[in-house]
Amino acid sequence: MTIGSLPLRYKISIDRERCMECERCIDNCSYGVFRREGDRILVDSRKCTACHRCIAMCPRDAITLEECPCDYRSHPLWTRQAREAIYNQANSGKIILSGMGNAQDYPVIFDRLVLDACQVTNPSIDPLREPMEVRTYIGKKPSRIEVMRKENGDVELATTVAPNLQAETPIMIGHMSYGAISLNAQLSMARAVAETGTFMGTGEGGLHSRLYPYQEHMIVQVASGRFGVDIDYLERGSAIEIKIGQGAKPGIGGHLPGEKVCMDVSCTRMIPLGSDAISPAPHHDIYSIEDLAQLVRSLKEATEWKKPVFVKIAAVHNAAAIAAGIARSSADAIVIDGFRGGTGAAPRVFRDHVGIPIEAAVASVDAKLRSQGIRNEVSLIASGGIRESADVAKAIALGADAVYIGTAALVAMGCRVCGSCYRNLCPWGIATQEERLVQRLDPEVASHQVANLIKAWTLELAELMGAAGINSIESLRGNRDRLRGYMLDESLMSVLDVKQVGA
Amino acid sequence: MGKNVTIDAKGMHYTPLNRMIRQAVAEGSEEIVLENVLGQRFIANGLRGEATITVHGVPGGDLCMFMSGPTCVVHGNADHAPGNTMNDGKVVIHGSAGDAVAHSMRGGTVFVRDNIGYRGGIHMKQYDEKRPILVVGKNAQSFLGEYMAGGLLIVLGMDGSTYTGRGVGSGIHGGEIIIRGDVDESLLGVGATKLPLTDDDRMRIAPVIREFAEAFGLDPEPLINAEYTRIIPASSRPFAGKYTWE
Repeated sequence: MTIGSLPLRYKISIDRERCMECERCIDNCSYGVFRREGDRILVDSRKCTACHRCIAMCPRDAITLEECPCDYRSHPLWTRQAREAIYNQANSGKIILSGMGNAQDYPVIFDRLVLDACQVTNPSIDPLREPMEVRTYIGKKPSRIEVMRKENGDVELATTVAPNLQAETPIMIGHMSYGAISLNAQLSMARAVAETGTFMGTGEGGLHSRLYPYQEHMIVQVASGRFGVDIDYLERGSAIEIKIGQGAKPGIGGHLPGEKVCMDVSCTRMIPLGSDAISPAPHHDIYSIEDLAQLVRSLKEATEWKKPVFVKIAAVHNAAAIAAGIARSSADAIVIDGFRGGTGAAPRVFRDHVGIPIEAAVASVDAKLRSQGIRNEVSLIASGGIRESADVAKAIALGADAVYIGTAALVAMGCRVCGSCYRNLCPWGIATQEERLVQRLDPEVASHQVANLIKAWTLELAELMGAAGINSIESLRGNRDRLRGYMLDESLMSVLDVKQVGA
Repeated sequence: MGKNVTIDAKGMHYTPLNRMIRQAVAEGSEEIVLENVLGQRFIANGLRGEATITVHGVPGGDLCMFMSGPTCVVHGNADHAPGNTMNDGKVVIHGSAGDAVAHSMRGGTVFVRDNIGYRGGIHMKQYDEKRPILVVGKNAQSFLGEYMAGGLLIVLGMDGSTYTGRGVGSGIHGGEIIIRGDVDESLLGVGATKLPLTDDDRMRIAPVIREFAEAFGLDPEPLINAEYTRIIPASSRPFAGKYTWE
């Protein structure tokens, strides 16, 4: 007991005047904060993760939560987080495992970029009365096309065009595996992408048979563990994504703990019940950029060149040079996952310190590919910290073709970003395989919420484009003239290739 | 096309070659013979069915990757990762093969008569009735059976060589590696542990060795009766003790 007990992270209080002792808080809290003793509901705040389930379910608004009710002596360097990590590791000698995205207070570049609108000299467009093209094609675009003119005057395309995905919005949902999240969560998102004409990723957990009806909207993932990967799986997907890295934990693999490998997860991943699912750090058949090209072509060959193949990398220092290599590998799209990308579980030191922001990565990758004349060879998908439609517009203006959202889709289903996803106790039924918790998430309802979010952002995107006098997503892509940097330093603005406000 | 088809692969790119193989399988061919193969990758990639493909020459990387059912017999050496992520079927190589043989294989059999390179059988896995088998006639390089999650990997040491590769079975959490002779403790990777081969184990692997010997016209008995070391996981949860919660 040299260190003793640490101050509470969260303090739960019950307003006894308002509480009617219905016990919904007891039923709903999967962490065991609440219990009844005699005629009182008692609280153990130390178990609280700030998931807000009790607050959301209390019919009388009787519960309040306070963060960090007990102060440490304040110090700008020795923050609470720094001190508590040391206490934790002094006690355990282990790597600290964390959930959700980067929790360091880095400046958000998106928030230092502003969008443009038309005034006087060119008219803005009202999306209500003018067609607004947000449909997005993901895949290779030929550098030139040839057409044949038929006798009746019709023209026919003579060039063979590589397969592309046709998304009705540039907003797609990234890869979150069955195992990391529940089947109901995947099912909800699958229905939402089918309804909105876009796509979602399976993650590295195989494709559960209940998702087969939505397979035309699913991008199947091949990661270093190769879980659930066989020829049927590859053929079911609308596209195949090779996962090299993830923004939340660049450079390392993943371990789905045995606790989350239930019967159904086991058969979808094709691994034994209760065993750890270990994805090694690299793909052990990819040790070079040439090997990557070999895997890309192997997947294409296996599926007879009918499917686009994506390669996902974490945004790291040399992302631009790496992407230039990928663009020459026969890949159809590159996904760049910024350092704010979410995760079910990542070592805290990686989540908070490794990788670079998506804004800088996508801008530099786009610039590099254009400078080498190969931008048309691949589509760029930006992910990692996309919070609202303005971020989508800014990412596209910085050079992305489309974005992947992840955390935002979970938040649309109730997630409160408490970051305890690795504990398998998610009270919202999202990041858990506990049947009683999974049942709380009704795909009927949750799918509408996710679809609503995609529709709302797409509407906002169309409005932003219209205001800027742009009627096609193609004209927004890489259009840095419609961005200005506000309180960004000159060197970063040169990486982003944007001017400062007023210029 | 009839039941037997011969394809001359001389100078041919792998995509038309695979297209011809697929077409032959679709038309009911049971025996497909490929002549003059020289470095074509991805042969029989993702192929289903029960045909037998005989390769004369040296196929390129990822031979039979994702394959699900057929048999492929190679009269020559093979390159990088034959049997990669294979689901079912059989690959028989009358020669040696490169690195990452049977990488992430989930079912079926790979027999290599001679030697294999580094990372053989890496991340092989098993589920339910699917239990992949990799047998190597002579010897293998380092990092054999790393991250192995299931299946059976046997190194027969037929040439009398001793296994000297490092990092055997690092991170192994399922399956077993059986190597001719003794394997020095210092060669085992983190998470791997060694045991002597018991009589029960020998009974269990004997049918596999017989099948291997038959494929190459060898006498199985000396191979069955030789001394082996069995390497298995120390735990099915090698990373369980590595983390603490935030």
